[in-house]
Amino acid sequence: MDFKLTEEQELLGKTVRDFAEKELAPRDAAMDRANELPPDIVRKLADAGLFGVYFPEEYGGAGADSISALIVMEELAKGSASIALTLDAHWLAVDPILHFGTQEQKKRFLPDLVTGKKLAAFALTEPVAGSDAAGIQSRAVKDGDSWVLNGTKAFITNAGPAEVYVVAVKTDPEKGARGISTFIVEKGTPGFTIGKKEDKMGCRGSVTAELGFSDCRIPAENLLGEENQGFRIAMSTLDFGRACIAAMGAGLAGAALKVAAKYAQERQAFGQPIARFQAIQFMIADMAIGIEAARLLAYEAAWRRDVGLPYSKQAAMAKVLAADVAMKTCRAAIQILGGYGYTRDYPLERYFRDAKLLEIGEGTSEILRMVVGTSTIKELG
Amino acid sequence: MRIIVCIKQVPASLDVRVDPKTHNLIREGVESVINPFDENAIEAALELKAKHGASVSLLSMGPPQVREALRKGLAMGADDAYLLCDRALAGADTLATSYTLAQAIRKMGSFDLILCGRHAVDADTGQVGPELAERLNLPQITYVSKIEITGNKVRAERLLEESREVVEAPLPALLTVTKELNTPRYPTALGIMKAAKKPLTVWTAADIGATPEKIGLTGSPTRVTDVFEPPGHRRSEVEMLSGKPEEIAAALAERLQAAKIL
Repeated sequence: MDFKLTEEQELLGKTVRDFAEKELAPRDAAMDRANELPPDIVRKLADAGLFGVYFPEEYGGAGADSISALIVMEELAKGSASIALTLDAHWLAVDPILHFGTQEQKKRFLPDLVTGKKLAAFALTEPVAGSDAAGIQSRAVKDGDSWVLNGTKAFITNAGPAEVYVVAVKTDPEKGARGISTFIVEKGTPGFTIGKKEDKMGCRGSVTAELGFSDCRIPAENLLGEENQGFRIAMSTLDFGRACIAAMGAGLAGAALKVAAKYAQERQAFGQPIARFQAIQFMIADMAIGIEAARLLAYEAAWRRDVGLPYSKQAAMAKVLAADVAMKTCRAAIQILGGYGYTRDYPLERYFRDAKLLEIGEGTSEILRMVVGTSTIKELG
Repeated sequence: MRIIVCIKQVPASLDVRVDPKTHNLIREGVESVINPFDENAIEAALELKAKHGASVSLLSMGPPQVREALRKGLAMGADDAYLLCDRALAGADTLATSYTLAQAIRKMGSFDLILCGRHAVDADTGQVGPELAERLNLPQITYVSKIEITGNKVRAERLLEESREVVEAPLPALLTVTKELNTPRYPTALGIMKAAKKPLTVWTAADIGATPEKIGLTGSPTRVTDVFEPPGHRRSEVEMLSGKPEEIAAALAERLQAAKIL
């Protein structure tokens, strides 16, 4: 066992930290207020090669490992959770094209997606089906050489700016989870519309919207993976997505901790800096302990992924923990700043709103506890 | 064309402490970065490489941790790097440093251009570049804010306090650059992955054939005898003026007159 990061991972972390400090952090509050994803930031992410960090070089990626992807997530989230989320949502769509796509699909879609020339989105959730993913109602019906899609997708991150969509729909409504297939749908396909943009509580610098499919006809070669294999594809990409969200949680909590620790050293009360008080030290300690634990769990999930071990449980554990840690850390950080923490003069109230997403997106904490619970009981029973 | 870029690793924060006995900077536990002006020098070299085709070599002197700075430069796109690392080189002032760098450059072989930052932000001397040019008997152009290379000539704009000066020199030459020259790129993720595989050569004082009397503390005539904050550095007092805008303006004018500023 070795906890040491490689020289590349260290340099990547330092580079992205620097990028996040200079390019993201100063703009995150404005992005939050405007409820907008600035296209120039997406371009800068692409220029720094961050879209392709863990994708193969042959498609324009950097060929780094999964831990490197988490390092990018954590460091980006310190500057802007919205931007980390944008990249995470992109990867959710690109990852299954890499792992389940045909040679033709990979050649056609990956170069632009891996280099960040085009943004992607992954669409599973529907207005009537979130945690119960097998309960989705969108349909695809085969018609000669094409598939015809109908239905609505909800809370799809990157919907709008994305050019490529990986969409999970029912192809055999009788079969539940085993009757789902995934398709690659390009923006501009007739019958495919971007719906209402959500006015979210947090992560407002990322775009989340509805998708509509109305007799949307796509060529048969856009079926991703095999017919009725879609649920497996979706769960597989969500596994890594959860590890990414966990890293994002560690980053967001890390940013909140930094603000709180700095303030605690500067703020005087009863004749001394409040950092000298045990009540404050204990809060800071719990933040640091939680962040470290969440990061390590996420790293373990990523490591297992890279060596080919199952990691659904570790990814679920990491995300549940990181979401809890991010929420608790933001809450305590605001408490340490008192009235100041409750104002928009400090970023903590924004971080707190951003953090709430982590308990909901890509598997609610309740669903993930079920994943961990059932698999733990099975292992021990 | 071959470009050599001399870089220095400096503390990331300027809020560094000074050892009260040795008067040296306390570097332990402080995050280090490439001296910002040296990043401009690297960027300039990479832009010249893209335009004219060139190989870019990095050169630095310092403790083993300087490898990090060199790796970053390699990740930005430099081709190879040289680190002069030896306990005997420690404590060098600008004279010993320029001697050591000159020795290394002679060993590195032929080159067309040497780029340095205008000065390092930790010690602020701005002497190493010019001294290095003297030691290598090269034309030097300092405080450069624009570079153009045509044939065997470099044409550079110098950023002076109240004017700009355009100077031409034959190659090989040495330039020290300002931050106005460019905006350094971030290393790309792929660049970072590739940097680990690029050659980074470590040389000792013996490797570059340095005369022991001319290097490190021994070769440094400069002695820092004291480091202190200038006297009269008082905490500023703040007085908030209130009232209607015209009242505030009148009160401000009154105070500025009283302070003999107006």
